[in-house]
Amino acid sequence: MIERAVPLTIVPPLPIGDLLETGFDWFKDTFDAFFDVVDDVTTGAIDGIAGLLLAPEPLLVAVVFALLAWLLRNWKLAAGSLVGMVVIIGVDMWEPAMETLALVVVATLVALVVGIPVGILAARSAAFSRILKPVLDLMQTMPGMVWLLPVLKLFSIGVAGALVATVIFALPPAVRLTELGIRQVDGEVVEAGQAFGAAPRQILKDIQLPLALPTVMAGVNQVIMLALSMAVIAGLVGGGGLGDEVVGAVSTLNLALGFDAGISVVILAIFLDRLTASIGSRRPGHGRFRELRDRFVRTPARTAA
Amino acid sequence: MPAIEAHHLYKVFGRKGREGVRRLEAGADTDELKRAGLTPAVIDASFTVEEGEIFVVMGLSGSGKSTLIRMINGLHPPTAGHVELYGENITAATGKDLRRLRRERISMVFQHFALFPHRSVIDNAAYGLETQGVGKEERRRRAHDALELCGLTGWDEHLPSELSGGMQQRVGLARALAADTDILLMDEAFSALDPLIRRDMQDQLIELQQKLGKTILFITHDLNEAMRIGDRIAMMRNGRIVQVGTAEEILTDPANDYVAQFVADVDRTRVLTASSVMEPPAAVLGAEQGPRAAHKLMREHQLPAMFVTGRDRTLKGYVTEDEVGRHLDRKDITSLLRPVPDFASVSGDTSLADLFGPAAETPAIAVVDDAGRLSGVIPRITLLAALATQTDGDDEAASVPTPDSDQTKEVVRD
Repeated sequence: MIERAVPLTIVPPLPIGDLLETGFDWFKDTFDAFFDVVDDVTTGAIDGIAGLLLAPEPLLVAVVFALLAWLLRNWKLAAGSLVGMVVIIGVDMWEPAMETLALVVVATLVALVVGIPVGILAARSAAFSRILKPVLDLMQTMPGMVWLLPVLKLFSIGVAGALVATVIFALPPAVRLTELGIRQVDGEVVEAGQAFGAAPRQILKDIQLPLALPTVMAGVNQVIMLALSMAVIAGLVGGGGLGDEVVGAVSTLNLALGFDAGISVVILAIFLDRLTASIGSRRPGHGRFRELRDRFVRTPARTAA
Repeated sequence: MPAIEAHHLYKVFGRKGREGVRRLEAGADTDELKRAGLTPAVIDASFTVEEGEIFVVMGLSGSGKSTLIRMINGLHPPTAGHVELYGENITAATGKDLRRLRRERISMVFQHFALFPHRSVIDNAAYGLETQGVGKEERRRRAHDALELCGLTGWDEHLPSELSGGMQQRVGLARALAADTDILLMDEAFSALDPLIRRDMQDQLIELQQKLGKTILFITHDLNEAMRIGDRIAMMRNGRIVQVGTAEEILTDPANDYVAQFVADVDRTRVLTASSVMEPPAAVLGAEQGPRAAHKLMREHQLPAMFVTGRDRTLKGYVTEDEVGRHLDRKDITSLLRPVPDFASVSGDTSLADLFGPAAETPAIAVVDDAGRLSGVIPRITLLAALATQTDGDDEAASVPTPDSDQTKEVVRD
């Protein structure tokens, strides 16, 4: 007895997805050669870094990570990192973990190289910022797995596609927090730069960017976290690493394997988060590098009045 | 050549600022423009600042003074009108030319200091030199000198956040001085400091200006500050300059009720100076004159004592009627001359507040110029009378309801 609701006949079917796919196919056919190059370059970079991390004895690399944590933060993080890395080695996830780390590092670098300049532009032009905002929203709120589809079409199964999907998903915080950081800089301080005749480029380099740095670093931290979460999902399209292990565990209902891989992801995430968070909160010129330099290198420069 | 010339400056915020200017020129008032969605911040401001002068723009918040000062160095482009610095039109300058003018001609001190928090004190002070392209060694040396000049030594390598407010503003001042420009813009530079430190900085600024001969455009909402440091003061209200003049001119001859009411609370004894209340000496004795002539003059003018000057009008001393009367047989009065005590002889720029002490000790105070010549006298009666007129003025001003008429009156136009 229930008749179909009237609005369904009023609203015509909107073939948004179909249209996008048609356009996308054209895009792929036209720029195929270009994507082949991207494929080769990114795969090369990631494999290279993964190879570098996997070449030495795993324990040695773990110690290097601990040292890095000590340099950037303190001995506690260093100790924690060492324990964490040993756990990863112990559950036999070292190789996939390093593959994932390589993917995250490259994805983060790409996201920052693109995102920070875009963020700077957005801070300078209100119009550009307005246009950019919905684009960033789309990138961030679209379910991560949806990005895997076009990427899969462009690159087929492999690490290059995983990288592109990861970059798309992880990019927005780099843009947003760079823009926010620059906009937050006290207007009078920027005016001071202008009043003394500094060029816009000098103001950006000497005033805005240094003062925006803590906020930008918070963005970098978020980019890394998002990249890590996406890198695992990218296991579905052949991203390799821990993602592969997780996907394998899910498809075979292997609980033990799933937890081993999952815990490794958690350890990597905490390590990367604490490491990068400490970079943003450090006071410029007061880090451990300066301490070490002062301790081991004689520097007469600082004594000049 | 004047250091700063502002020609009919307008700043109207809003989409159609130019149209706002046209309507203002045609006689529209501020409220009319506000209804049309335009905010006039500065309306037809013209003034000239001479080289080496401290020119103060005084107005309450919202009177447009901060906008005005930012149009002088082009931080805000005017909607209409233009500014010339030493004859060079900075309003028309763009890009490179504008930056060159800012580097070479004009530096600025900010209300909230606007120091660079990530740079050490000395690197802050050296910033202007850095943009000028001065080498590192030299700019650090000159920045250090500027900091010393502003009374800040031993803090070179500290960060601004480690300094107190007063010290931070000394860095701000040093940054502007180190740039070594002819013109200094000071935007409420001392307003964020507490009163004692503010006094201190004001004194120091006057001292520095005398030493360095900078041209200073100073913005303030504090009338006492304006009167203390300003050679000339522009009174600003609702975006318009309502009066330009010296502190005394504004005090004794306010252009309209608004200014009159504003200055009513000012402590006149600190603003008015000896030269503004002194009288030409009713009679002066030459040192070569005899006691009889002196006696006659004093009786004519009913004076208990008289100042005696030389031929070149330099003050020699004084004689009293009593003594002259007792020694009428002397050949001249030189032998009866008494030296004028130091406290009873003052310079023309001494404030009235500093005259009450001497006035209690002596019936008349001599005002002398730098060469020691007598330029006027202030009998005790005159000093009291100067205060009496002040009280009258106060009553008048206080009885006037809110002054709305904006009759503009320029007291001084060079």
